[in-house]
Amino acid sequence: MVELNYYLVLSALLFAIGVIGVLTRRNAIIIFMCIELMLNAVNLSLVSFSSFLGNESGQIFVFFVMTVAAAEAAVGLAIVISLYRNKETLDIDKINILKW
Amino acid sequence: MQNYFLSITVLPLLGFLINVLFGKKIKSEKFSGWLSSIFVLIPFLIGVQALFEIMSLPEDGRKIVINYFNWISAGKLTVNYSFLVDPLSVVMILVVTGIGFLIHVYSIGYMHGDEGYARFFAYLNLFIFAMLHLVIADNFLLVFLGWEGVGLCSYLLIGFWYEKKFTGDAAKKAFIVNRIGDFGFLTAMFLIFTYFGTLDISGFLGQIAGYPVNNALLIAIALFFFLGATGKSAQIPLYVWLPDAMAGPTPVSALIHAATMVTAGIYLVARTSLLYVLAPYASNIVLIIGIATAIISATIAVKQNDIKKILAYSTVSQLGFMFIALGTLSFVAAVFHLVTHAFFKALMFLGSGSVIHGMHEEQDVRNMGGLRDKMKITYITFLVGAFAISGIPPLSGFFSKDEILYKTFTNAGILPYLLVLITAGFTAFYMFRLVGLTFFGKPRYNSEHIHPHESPRTMTVPLIILAVLSAIGGFIGLPHVMGFNALEHWLEPVFKNSYALINLNHPESEHSSAVEWLLMLVSVLVAAAAIYISFRKYSRQDKFAEEKGFGKVLENKYYVDEAYDKAVVNPIFRTSESFFWKIFDVKIIDGLVNGIANSLSKFSIDWKKLQTGVVQDYAALAITGIIGIILYFLFA
Repeated sequence: MVELNYYLVLSALLFAIGVIGVLTRRNAIIIFMCIELMLNAVNLSLVSFSSFLGNESGQIFVFFVMTVAAAEAAVGLAIVISLYRNKETLDIDKINILKW
Repeated sequence: MQNYFLSITVLPLLGFLINVLFGKKIKSEKFSGWLSSIFVLIPFLIGVQALFEIMSLPEDGRKIVINYFNWISAGKLTVNYSFLVDPLSVVMILVVTGIGFLIHVYSIGYMHGDEGYARFFAYLNLFIFAMLHLVIADNFLLVFLGWEGVGLCSYLLIGFWYEKKFTGDAAKKAFIVNRIGDFGFLTAMFLIFTYFGTLDISGFLGQIAGYPVNNALLIAIALFFFLGATGKSAQIPLYVWLPDAMAGPTPVSALIHAATMVTAGIYLVARTSLLYVLAPYASNIVLIIGIATAIISATIAVKQNDIKKILAYSTVSQLGFMFIALGTLSFVAAVFHLVTHAFFKALMFLGSGSVIHGMHEEQDVRNMGGLRDKMKITYITFLVGAFAISGIPPLSGFFSKDEILYKTFTNAGILPYLLVLITAGFTAFYMFRLVGLTFFGKPRYNSEHIHPHESPRTMTVPLIILAVLSAIGGFIGLPHVMGFNALEHWLEPVFKNSYALINLNHPESEHSSAVEWLLMLVSVLVAAAAIYISFRKYSRQDKFAEEKGFGKVLENKYYVDEAYDKAVVNPIFRTSESFFWKIFDVKIIDGLVNGIANSLSKFSIDWKKLQTGVVQDYAALAITGIIGIILYFLFA
């Protein structure tokens, strides 16, 4: 049987990749995808804990996360579309008018 | 008595308010002037009523304290708005309101046509209001209210013609010099409150009655009060403001700077007479200052050419006489001279005002001469005043000055007596120099442009009344050898404790009638000789050469103003400019304020860059923070 640690390490790696993607990539959609990746990394660790501890509340929590993520995806994509309509670009560095 | 007596201060205040609020709308000189005069006349009548009321009381109980309301109450300090009506304050009320009324009436004529007519009468009424507080208050704080009030009115009235720069300068000088005196008054009050726990005059005098002679605390209080008195009553070293105060209108000089306000210091010392009896050290200083002031200002007066300046230095000198009397602990003589001086000095100031009025604002006696035919009433009344101040019997000044000379001889010794006698000679000398140059000789003014004329009746009637008072006023205080001294008897209840203590320490020496007669004769002879020499010389003088030698020193007032400028004013001015302004204010105060603002602004300019508007930067910061927190929990 595969140990819990493997799942957690994988989850941490996925999360770290997501963070680095959010911080370094310029395209809004890719940043968006990286956020999804982070969410799913968390989901993975929740499910693993739930399975290893024999406690279902972790899996129920994952459903909630997925629901929220779906809603967030809808809103996020809507923002991305309206951004593109206004600025004709999705380069996040150029969307910086909210500052001093 | 309680009910009507309050109106003595309320009415002048009312007159002030009406004139100051509605004066410009009223526009009637007659209304403004007479309204103010009536509001001083009624307090005078109340004073007369109080005189009779006090007289009807038994001699031991001639003291009424009227408590109106609690003025200030904070912690241990309780100050009541209360009046002390006793023989001394009644005398002061009558002098202030009586002469005040005459000068109000005189001003109706003198200020005719002036733009600030209503303002002038408003200030005069405010002055009467403050001065009455000064003389009838029952506690030192209320006295101080009046003390500051008269100072304010003095300032306002000296600078009445504010469009000229020198009047403003004179007003500021008077105000600032008086502040030094007020510092003394305040310090004395602080000492009294700290050590005696009260500010009531009678309470304080009651407590010190048991103190030993020359107690350090009492000497300190007495000297601080005297410092206040030197400011208000123009004594060395603070007399310099009074001659400059002549920049104000002449009725003001007569009322405030001759008859009433400048006697506040004498009143204060007389009121606290017990204090000075218990502190002979302090009263000796009073005597020395009095003599020095009297002789120095009398000699200055000899060489002055401005008619009002001569009278101003004469006032300083006469106030010195009063302090001599106080210094020899003859309080009655001081009050007596205060009263007679108020009569004849007010008379002469008003007379000089009449001359100035008739001469179209000419004040230099060198440009007058021969006015006795043109201004008969002014001439005769002025002459009465001049004889009175010179001490020619039976005019009032003779009796009061003689009393002071006699007391100086018996209480202080032969040397002070001689100095005072010489000063009295100088008094007669400069006074008849003034008379000779102004009223006698040939006219030296340009008779094509100036036509001297007698003043209107509102001005001459007060002159006549004051001349009568100056002539007969002395009979209230006849010397013992001549008869009954009514004033001494009247004031006896006030100074009873003081005199009892003096007699305890120095059993009274036998009254020698022969000595008193002799001294009287000497002083009359000195005065007569001085008048003769002075009049002979100056009633014919036509040419005026430049003063040389000591005469020049006198003409320039011993260079006291210049010395004060060098020693006090300029150093303060220079330190103020080079240090307090250019270093302390500009560099330190402004530097501190602007420095804080500038550094904050610089800091903000640098750190606002943090807000880039790029979402990823914020995210990076947030994540750095989270990593920091995790590390903290892992390793700490």
